[in-house]
Amino acid sequence: MTAAAATIASQIALVGNPNCGKTALFNTLTGSRQKVANYAGVTVERKEGRFTTDSGRLVRVLDLPGAYSFDATSPDEQITRDVCKGHHPEEPKPDLLVCVADATNLRLHLRFVLEVRQLGQPMLLALNMMDAAARRGIRIDVARLAAELGIPVVETVAVRRHGADALRAAIDGTPPPSPAVVPDLDLHAETRRLLRAAVQLPMQHAELEDAIDRVVLHPVFGLAILGAVMFLIFQAVFAWAAPLQDALAAGTASVGAWLAAALPDGPLQSLLTDGVFAGVGTVLEFLPQILLLFVFILTLEESGYLPRAAFLLDRLMFAAGLSGRSFIPLLSSFACAIPGIMATRSIQDPRDRIATILVAPLMTCSARLPVYTLLIGAFVPRREVAGLFNLQGLVLFGLYAAGIASALLVATIMKRWRRDRGEHALLLELPSYRWPHPRDLLIGLWERAAIFLRRVTTIILALTVLLWFLSSFPAAPAGAGGPAIDYSFAGRIGHWMEPLFAPIGFNWQICIALIPGIAAREVAVSSLATVYALAAGSDDAAISQLSGIVASEWSLATGLSLLVWYIYAPMCLSTFAVIRRETNGWKHVAIAAIYLFALAYAASLLTYQLTVWLT
Amino acid sequence: MKLSEVPRGGGGIVVGVEALGPNDQIARRLRDLGFVAGEAVSVLAFGPLGSEPVLVRVGDARFALRRAEAARVCLQEQSP
Ligand SMILES: Nc1nc2c(ncn2[C@@H]2O[C@H](COP(=O)(O)OP(=O)(O)OP(=O)(O)O)[C@@H](O)[C@H]2O)c(=O)[nH]1
Ligand SMILES: [Mg+2]
Repeated sequence: MTAAAATIASQIALVGNPNCGKTALFNTLTGSRQKVANYAGVTVERKEGRFTTDSGRLVRVLDLPGAYSFDATSPDEQITRDVCKGHHPEEPKPDLLVCVADATNLRLHLRFVLEVRQLGQPMLLALNMMDAAARRGIRIDVARLAAELGIPVVETVAVRRHGADALRAAIDGTPPPSPAVVPDLDLHAETRRLLRAAVQLPMQHAELEDAIDRVVLHPVFGLAILGAVMFLIFQAVFAWAAPLQDALAAGTASVGAWLAAALPDGPLQSLLTDGVFAGVGTVLEFLPQILLLFVFILTLEESGYLPRAAFLLDRLMFAAGLSGRSFIPLLSSFACAIPGIMATRSIQDPRDRIATILVAPLMTCSARLPVYTLLIGAFVPRREVAGLFNLQGLVLFGLYAAGIASALLVATIMKRWRRDRGEHALLLELPSYRWPHPRDLLIGLWERAAIFLRRVTTIILALTVLLWFLSSFPAAPAGAGGPAIDYSFAGRIGHWMEPLFAPIGFNWQICIALIPGIAAREVAVSSLATVYALAAGSDDAAISQLSGIVASEWSLATGLSLLVWYIYAPMCLSTFAVIRRETNGWKHVAIAAIYLFALAYAASLLTYQLTVWLT
Repeated sequence: MKLSEVPRGGGGIVVGVEALGPNDQIARRLRDLGFVAGEAVSVLAFGPLGSEPVLVRVGDARFALRRAEAARVCLQEQSP
């Protein structure tokens, strides 16, 4: 190494077109686990990581959102533009730009490489996806390309173990000089010249992909496939997870029972059995279901199918005041509305973006799954329908569908309200199909499990303990009749709220559970478990199944009403926080809170009164 | 001919992108995506409702465009 090596850049940024593998490279370089998926607009925020080169220098790496051009049209592209040009308020201008290009899509990506080169900053080019390029028969003369571009070029395969070694070495080596800026360069003409000089393309386009697309994007078969995929997910989440879930439930119940027997009677026993085991244990049972949902979501994300679904649904969503681009943010909201709302940054049109943000909470997030499962398990018989479907799965599907239908309806009304006639842009890129890597899938699942367990052991546990405390103190006065919980803080609050919620069929136990449910929806379930465990008194020490209690204590009308309530319930503070951040103000938070609460109350009222009247 | 008038399976060579107004962001973006004079494009598929969006191949990339977007792209017909 020469002395020049000591002055090498230590701040680098990964830039390039969307979906070229920047985040995959970032992960291989830094050992991070940022989200990688096969569609444009996965990364919507700058992410920071570090690694030490072979020569021992510490390099700070910035992963940026993908951009088609510095003429930014969406909030995520603006971040990339600002960082590269050194205009970002919190980010110094990077010392070295690592421009990433998809070797299978050079006609598009080289144009942006040239645009980056026109900044005149030290840069190098990483030709990523060389494995896919080789499979397609694309041959690239790397030395020639580097000479013509006037910048170093390395080959990478970001998803392979040592696939980024060449890049790592290049970053460690002598820093490249700033490239010459050519005045008035015609980027397209130059791209064509480079392609002619250094790239040999096969005559044929990827035939298999086109054949798949002919089926998947077919007006009739395409929609049928989309419907079948969605339906399969909900059937599977309900039917396949059940055995695992039952096993977990039995496990926590027996540990709880053992604990109850081992500990002396008293507040500690009650806290552990009625609070921790009844509450947290009940939520824990839903882990298999949530993981199964993610197996599907992660597979779909990596396959490249999601933008195709967006293509199929664009017209319908447009009629409802959204856009095909809203599809992926809304689908992510099935996991959790927070990443879903963040993902709207890739929507170019600000009106479409706001509309998507406002309806995202109507998508059934995975935190609502425990509530749904509990109530469906209690009130809907486990029965086969038409010898093929599971009735409980059908009801779950119906709840998800009701959320989606409501979102379309709300968006339509908002569109009428706005009365704008301006044009909305789509311009959506459809990526190549890819096989999901089992290893990445497992890592993704492990991560979801870790997030869920962290939630359970922190916020859910804390709220459960708090609720146990509020439901146990103050203790009933000596000689008082009725269950002790009636005299506690929580009991009083519940009784005090009851009149407001009586028209929609909620008893005071449900009212209590609604409050901690605002912080995290799953807590509604753990709270119910705690409240009922305490109300049952200490004689009933064995923790009975909440589902059984609910089935025997509540009327069908109450059960259905609570199910419907949770389709709309504006019950998650973090969602409101992220709406505030993404829209820069409280206005949309207020709109969302009010309309969601009004819808929840109205729909539950209707459900409850109708069911009472019919039964 | 306009790209929005091309039937499925048809194609042509781009002549240019017509801007609607002086500050047409969509037209500029279309050019950035590769819809520039001399580039070959083909129409691969239509969406299920109202033949919208239009799926267009340009270079090695595929883009879904709304009809109004596709109508900005002027083509020279080309026998397939
Ligand atoms: N075959 C192959 N696939 C790759 C390679 N690098 C990335 N991918 C896949 O390409 C897709 C996009 O990768 P990302 O890292 O999310 O791309 P990105 O550039 O960060 O995308 P945005 O954040 O949307 O701009 C994913 O499906 C990856 O698995 C590679 O070298 N070879
Ligand atoms: Mg990324």
